[in-house]
Amino acid sequence: MQLKSGARPIRSCVFLIVGLFLAVTPLLADSRFVSSNTFLPETTPARDIYYLALFALTITGCLFVVVGSLIFYAAFKYRARKGDPENEPAQVYGSAQVELAWTIIPVIIIVVLFLTTARIIYAIQNAPVPSSALKVTVIGHQFWWEFRYPELGIVTANEMHVPLSTSEQPDPTFLRLLSADVDHSFWVPELGGKTDLIPNHPNEMWMDPQKAGVYYGQCAQFCGLEHSKMLIRVYVDTPAQWAAWVHDQKQPAVDDPKVAAGRQIFETQACVSCHAVKGTSAKGTYGPDLTHLMSRATIAAGAADNTPANLFAWIKDPQTFKPGANMPAMQLSDQQIEDVVAYLTTLH
Amino acid sequence: MADQTFPVPGPLETERTGGNAAFLEWMHSWIVTVDHKKLGILYIAYALLFMVVGGAEILVVRIQLALPWSGIVSPGVYNQLFTMHGTTMVFLMGMPILFGMGNYLVPLMIGARDMAFPRLNALSFWLTAFGGFMLYFSYIGGFGLYGMGNAPDVGWFAYAPLTSLKISPGHNTDYWALSLIVAGFGTLGTAINIVATVISMRCKGMTLTRMPLFVWLMFITSALTLVTITPLTAAQIMLEIDRYLGGHFFDAAAGGAPLLWIHLFWIFGHPEVYVLVLPAFGVANEVIPVFSRKAIFGYSAMVMASVGIGFVSLSVWAHHMFTVGMSAFSNSFFVLSTEVVGIFTGIKIFNWIATMWGGRIQFRVPMLFCTAFLFQMLIAGLTGIMLSVAPWDWQLHNSYFLIAHFHYVLLGAIVTCVFAAFYYWYPKAIGRMMSERLGKWHFWLFLLGFHMTFDIMHIVGLDGMPRSIYTYPADRGWLWMNVIITIGAFIQAIAVLIFVWNLIWSARHGEIAGNDPWDAWTLEWASPSPPPAYNFAIEPVVRSRRPLWDIKHPNDPDWKYEP
Amino acid sequence: MPSRGMVAMICLIIGEAAIFSMFILAYIYYTGRSLSGPTPAILSAPVFNTICLLSSSFTIVFAERAIDRGKMRTFGVLWAITIGLGLEFLAGTAKEWYELIYHDGLTVSTNLFGTTFYSLVGLHATHVILGMIMLSVVLVLTLQGRVNQSHSERIKVLALYWHFVDWVWVAVFTVVYLVGK
Repeated sequence: MQLKSGARPIRSCVFLIVGLFLAVTPLLADSRFVSSNTFLPETTPARDIYYLALFALTITGCLFVVVGSLIFYAAFKYRARKGDPENEPAQVYGSAQVELAWTIIPVIIIVVLFLTTARIIYAIQNAPVPSSALKVTVIGHQFWWEFRYPELGIVTANEMHVPLSTSEQPDPTFLRLLSADVDHSFWVPELGGKTDLIPNHPNEMWMDPQKAGVYYGQCAQFCGLEHSKMLIRVYVDTPAQWAAWVHDQKQPAVDDPKVAAGRQIFETQACVSCHAVKGTSAKGTYGPDLTHLMSRATIAAGAADNTPANLFAWIKDPQTFKPGANMPAMQLSDQQIEDVVAYLTTLH
Repeated sequence: MADQTFPVPGPLETERTGGNAAFLEWMHSWIVTVDHKKLGILYIAYALLFMVVGGAEILVVRIQLALPWSGIVSPGVYNQLFTMHGTTMVFLMGMPILFGMGNYLVPLMIGARDMAFPRLNALSFWLTAFGGFMLYFSYIGGFGLYGMGNAPDVGWFAYAPLTSLKISPGHNTDYWALSLIVAGFGTLGTAINIVATVISMRCKGMTLTRMPLFVWLMFITSALTLVTITPLTAAQIMLEIDRYLGGHFFDAAAGGAPLLWIHLFWIFGHPEVYVLVLPAFGVANEVIPVFSRKAIFGYSAMVMASVGIGFVSLSVWAHHMFTVGMSAFSNSFFVLSTEVVGIFTGIKIFNWIATMWGGRIQFRVPMLFCTAFLFQMLIAGLTGIMLSVAPWDWQLHNSYFLIAHFHYVLLGAIVTCVFAAFYYWYPKAIGRMMSERLGKWHFWLFLLGFHMTFDIMHIVGLDGMPRSIYTYPADRGWLWMNVIITIGAFIQAIAVLIFVWNLIWSARHGEIAGNDPWDAWTLEWASPSPPPAYNFAIEPVVRSRRPLWDIKHPNDPDWKYEP
Repeated sequence: MPSRGMVAMICLIIGEAAIFSMFILAYIYYTGRSLSGPTPAILSAPVFNTICLLSSSFTIVFAERAIDRGKMRTFGVLWAITIGLGLEFLAGTAKEWYELIYHDGLTVSTNLFGTTFYSLVGLHATHVILGMIMLSVVLVLTLQGRVNQSHSERIKVLALYWHFVDWVWVAVFTVVYLVGK
């Protein structure tokens, strides 16, 4: 990103501090772990925040070193020792010059920090929306995410795909954030700061991810019983991957006659009152769209991996993975559930 | 006793001769008392009880979080635990202990006989107490939605519309709102009492500019409380109207704005944290000078900075709301106002250091705690500045970094000063010194546990861990940090237990304190330990900010140097 | 320096003003945002009620002066008139609400206007009722002859509360019947 010329010398000064924080990241390089580190930005807004953070950290770090040292120095040098004189030390009631100095210096520091901060606030919040930008509507539910791509006619849940954006080929994604019930907050640290989803208060945020891959986040505003299991995955797709994904998602649901039994149960039981499957009679909107369920790696907003065994357990009783999930136990027999799972696993 | 003309040394009560009747009479005297000293002790004992309870709640939370993707308690119970922990610590521990200390000390420090309205004082305590017990009754009152009682489970901030009747049909939210409304009236009563006492009941010669800084800070805190607790009361009334009278204050379906709750809550919530921290600053203002053997550096600046904090704190609330989608202009305004209030706090830290500078510092336990306070307040203030940088806050908000910051303020600054206050004024209230040895164990263990927990907590927050979660996926890499945080929490718990034991042990075995064990300078040290019911037999007359310094240094009294 | 009773009452008023401010804030925030149902157009400004209530501030001032001078009979009469004017205000409010509920179909649950209107005006009316109770207690004690000139400071403190109730009404009236319509 473009830094103001005044900021470049500061940037070189902060490499030391960056190094200290990156000391944490080797642990995250462990392939057992996925990363959601606020100090590994991969979009322009995230990077702006990161550099601003380093700037603020430098200032506060210097203040910490200076004032902290003064505290320890004073405590050490002026401690009472054996052999001190009996009388009290000189009583100093104040000093106008000293007090003025230590008021003015912080004021100057604050003015500098404030102006830098305000600039970044405006840069991120008031960034112009290019007409070609991808627009996604995010609707927060208790306890899952609905993603709608209105211009593409795509509806999915919990795992969002966005195109890679490079400096040669910028391709930002603009999110519109709404809520169906309570307050939520969309937070994928490596793709940017969080923005809340508040009923009756639509919000907006944007991202232009510059590295392909999968990014992890979760709801960051306490929204009830299963707030902890309202996870987010964002897949940043290369142009080829993006084209393929969009193509697949636009298709109606796979209609495999071998799983007709399961589909029958799905469409006649209460499933359709909450779930939609494009191209069938299922048009419920209370729960996630299942048209391309098998294109997702997890179910129940990340509460479990998307496997037939987990699907079985989930349908039998959602409270096993996610006590407090709004989906009721469907009261189906084991055979019925097996048939439904067989049907669902064809929905690629 | 009442017609004695000189302060009578000795304990407040006559010796109990034993037997049930005497014990009942003793209990009864505590229940009907209107004496500010006894009420202060009642507030403090009440707060200590809830400190232990609130602490137990969070220890269960910490055990759960030390094991990823698990559940030793169900999410419903977990949500109750962290909600009750926050609500308890703010309303049933923080406020009572600080107002309790104010209750005890303010009349003594201004040479008054009691508070302005002793009966209102008693009523306020019992209202607060009733509110607290009502809140805790929720655990057992009724089966609740999932058979786990009805304790509030909506977060201590209780955002609408999570609290709407539709989404939270049980009584959890109602217990939260109603018990805090009741306790809030108690707090309001005490605040009114302190303001009236400070304005109308100072002894002869004690102008406002000769009051001890602790009194100034209790005065500013109490004035601030008047406009702090009341917005919460208003919001809670609106919530109950929504829940039971069909109101639409926070009802999105009717065009209402859940955002309104967020504004109202933080219009309360931000000044509230200053209500909590200003008395702690007051404690530091008394302890640091005495143990450095120097007058406070810059009394006037300290007063003006505190008044400034009081006023500016009313204009910063939306820094809790940087992520709700306010305009760039609004966000920028709140960045600036927050950083301005930080300047006032910074000035105070410099004044404290300057007080220590050139002194002869005695590191008795109160001063150990106050030195730790200085260092920890510095860090708390600096992480506050980090959070005030709105774009960075878009990352840090609602993460464990935020929790680390506010616990640095609440535990690292406020509770640390409360500990200092205990060791400093316990001799006055009880007549015996607290054990210095146990005190040092308390201090060092607490310091170790505190830093283990809250230093690491900043890092796990930077690593993307949000708050209010009962578990987290095993693949996030947060496990080892959570384990250390949990161990630190247990170490702090042990330190607190040592402290409680010290309180109990010292009442029987502590060294007899005498009037003025610390060679201090403010009026409370002129009365016996513990003071008689009437505090001072003769109304004191003062000529400076440190009346006892003047008496001890007749050749070099303070009033020669004060304007 | 004012007496401690006066200081305490001023503090209470500051706290109460904060509560009212929040309800006024909500009222203003929601003006014009009801999705359906009656709007403030159905309100007709209760001018007579307002005159009565504000006059009671004047009668209570005269009562304060009377007790200052030890004129207990005058005090009693003026105090009773104050209470009467307060009662008239409450009666007028009750009548207005009756019309709104049964003829215009506006209740607290109808829409945002209903919620904010009844909450704000109701909050004020509650304070009027509390004030009336306290004033009535003083009236009874006066009739029993137990109130005299030495109580004038306490009477002033109570009167200050009554003044607050009256002048909050000015704010509420302005917001609800003038600005909000």
